[in-house]
Amino acid sequence: MSEAQPPAQALRPPAARIAGEPRGGYLRAVAAVVWKDLVAELRSRELLGAMLVFALLVILIFNFALELDVRTRATITSGVLWVTFAFAGTLGLNRSMAIEKDRGCLDGLLLAPVDRSAIYFGKVIGNLAFMLIVAAIVLPTYSALYNTNLFRPGLLLVILLGSIGYVVVGTLLAAMAVQARTRDVLLPILLFPVVLPVLVAAVKASNGFLQDLPLAEILPWVNLLIVYDVIFAAVSLMVFDFVVEE
Amino acid sequence: MEASPKALRGLTWLTAALFAVALYMVLFYAPREMVMGDVQRVFYFHVAAGWVGALAFLVTAVTGGIYLARKDRRWDNVATASVEIGVVFTLINIVSGSIWARPIWNTWWTWDPRLVTATIMELIYVAYLMLRQGIEDPDRRARFGSVYGILGFLSVPLTFLSIRIFRTIHPVVVGSGDPTAEGAFDMTPRMLQAFMFSLLTFSFLYATLLWHRVRLGRLSEKVEQLKMKVLSA
Repeated sequence: MSEAQPPAQALRPPAARIAGEPRGGYLRAVAAVVWKDLVAELRSRELLGAMLVFALLVILIFNFALELDVRTRATITSGVLWVTFAFAGTLGLNRSMAIEKDRGCLDGLLLAPVDRSAIYFGKVIGNLAFMLIVAAIVLPTYSALYNTNLFRPGLLLVILLGSIGYVVVGTLLAAMAVQARTRDVLLPILLFPVVLPVLVAAVKASNGFLQDLPLAEILPWVNLLIVYDVIFAAVSLMVFDFVVEE
Repeated sequence: MEASPKALRGLTWLTAALFAVALYMVLFYAPREMVMGDVQRVFYFHVAAGWVGALAFLVTAVTGGIYLARKDRRWDNVATASVEIGVVFTLINIVSGSIWARPIWNTWWTWDPRLVTATIMELIYVAYLMLRQGIEDPDRRARFGSVYGILGFLSVPLTFLSIRIFRTIHPVVVGSGDPTAEGAFDMTPRMLQAFMFSLLTFSFLYATLLWHRVRLGRLSEKVEQLKMKVLSA
């Protein structure tokens, strides 16, 4: 009985684990990376706190910069929201890759006998979680501050889709930026021009939902957003190997 | 220092001659446009520069892909060379367009899809150069450059598509045009000849510059190696 199971799992050679493992193994690897990020964040609370305070500050600055009175607000809320998410997002992306790099965690991750794409997806889902948490706090705050209701299913869907597009590119570029000398400055410069189509579609779609436009006018933007997500995710996945290889 | 190959010298002279002819065609051979006047002559080099910019970035994306597949640094050398040329020509494209737009659209700038896309494209490749500058290890620099070159090139048409949904006022001179565009015109045969010749000249110019720049890149790598050798000896 006792000599049978437990150590065998750990001792199996890496090649067999990559090739022979059923799909559950891949998902477990992804989940492990996500879990690691979430637990680390739960214990340190470095990242979310910074992202949140930053996001709220951006909204405050917009309030004074744009005089967000009722009439202007109706048309620019989606823009304000997405600028906030985009800025707070770079903060999170930078940090989430910097901790991997600084303490040599990335090397450890790469040594793990799992497919590199599992690490990529793990980081993407972790970053996505942070962005959505920020959104989940910014939305009610904005709603309360400006006495509107931002909790509309359409808007939530757009925020999810837009964040996915933002994060799939952002994670890849953050992995590159942290390895450069000018890393903190570099990420937004690399990320914003490339991810612009996602932001444009997300802003237009959000705006449509906020202004209660007919669905036929919003749907093209939502579809575009889905297409961008798929394209960017596919390409990032294909090239991620080259970014982390040594 | 090794002398530049004969073919390259020949190509350089040929390009110079072509450029002189192109200038003549644009400034004298092509007729004066009836409505816009001489400002319209910007158009010939404006479009040609835009063409070279797009071509250069396409070459970067392709050679970047080849580099990732083969891991031969010569391809990366071509990719960087091409980006530098593309950035310069895209800038020429934007600035010359602006000069034309001032009298025709009565503004230096408008948020038209093509203008925005060209600018975003320029910014992407400026970011590309900054990325490369920040990385010391040559192999890593080459890998990151290739990845970003591919991703950036992919994003440009998507940007265009996104912004295209808004109405555009930019004239479409080549191919069927929208008659409501401000500053549209039909080309006479002589204009068309001057235009085609400009395209040809700028393509040659691109090839010449690329060759020179690739050669420069190779030489500087050689210098780097010699330095290492001297230092380690």
